[in-house]
Amino acid sequence: MNEILEFIRQPWPWWISGPLIGLTVPLLLILGNKPFGVSSSMRHICAACFPANISFFKYDWRNELWNLFFVAGILVGAFIAWTWLSDHQIAINPELVSELNKYGITDYHQLVPREDVNWRDLFTIKGILMIVVGGFLVGFGTRYADGCTSGHSIMGLSNLQWPALVATCSFMVGGFVSANFIVPAILKL
Amino acid sequence: MRLFISNLKYLLAGLLFGIILVKGEVVSWFRIQEMFRLQSIHMYGIIGSAVITGMISIQLIKKFGIKTVNNEAISIIPKKYHRGFIYGGVIFGIGWAITGACPGPLFAQIGSGATVVIVTLLSAIAGTWVYGYLKPKLPH
Repeated sequence: MNEILEFIRQPWPWWISGPLIGLTVPLLLILGNKPFGVSSSMRHICAACFPANISFFKYDWRNELWNLFFVAGILVGAFIAWTWLSDHQIAINPELVSELNKYGITDYHQLVPREDVNWRDLFTIKGILMIVVGGFLVGFGTRYADGCTSGHSIMGLSNLQWPALVATCSFMVGGFVSANFIVPAILKL
Repeated sequence: MRLFISNLKYLLAGLLFGIILVKGEVVSWFRIQEMFRLQSIHMYGIIGSAVITGMISIQLIKKFGIKTVNNEAISIIPKKYHRGFIYGGVIFGIGWAITGACPGPLFAQIGSGATVVIVTLLSAIAGTWVYGYLKPKLPH
């Protein structure tokens, strides 16, 4: 039993986690004919909490409750994995490590860079850009694109839909520009 | 209450997915920076092998007419293309690299104890709302 736990606690190689993520597609289809997707959950939250008479939010979100259960599960699963099944080590490319070092980022023990993404710095310019603006772009962009990495890049591509490929390429273009030009500019602040 | 029980299975599915996201380091801001700097194969390997697995699964479901656990037919409704896939896609990509998270990983980062990401999530929900508000005026 201890050996199994020891094995699970190591970081998993991509060829284990990738196929497992892919299996979420048939799992949700077989559980109840649900299309794999996460960003819609934020639309349902809007529809449930502040529909404000906007037609985009006028539908019965209770029919989509499964999606909210799914994301609640993600939160709990991540808590379990992080608390009991992880050694909190991550092997990052040394080039990136030395680049981030220049911006004062040296702590790799969390999923986000602790030096910049924390409550204390939330209301600094850097914090607002990294947390508030970044989050806003994720929510606005995924809804405008009608899906995110799960709905388009995994589910849509798996079902061989060309619009999903267009969306995925757009995600990558935005990401490349952002990571190479915008993020370094923010980190320099 | 019935609604609650009938949806519990999706909580379990999400729980498994959340464990995989953390163990696969898909939710790590550092891995996302690496990916967009072409410094590691990790994320490409994950997305690529996930798509291949999903593709094979859907083909098998279609070929053998596999039904849901409640014996209902499985049908996938394709999303209708509009120009927002490009505009919104680029906007999301920019946010993805900044936060190191697409929507699923936002929930996972919070679960891992990075509680300030709650603000990121609330802001993403606000972004979703603003899209709904502006939708009639945006090019599609």
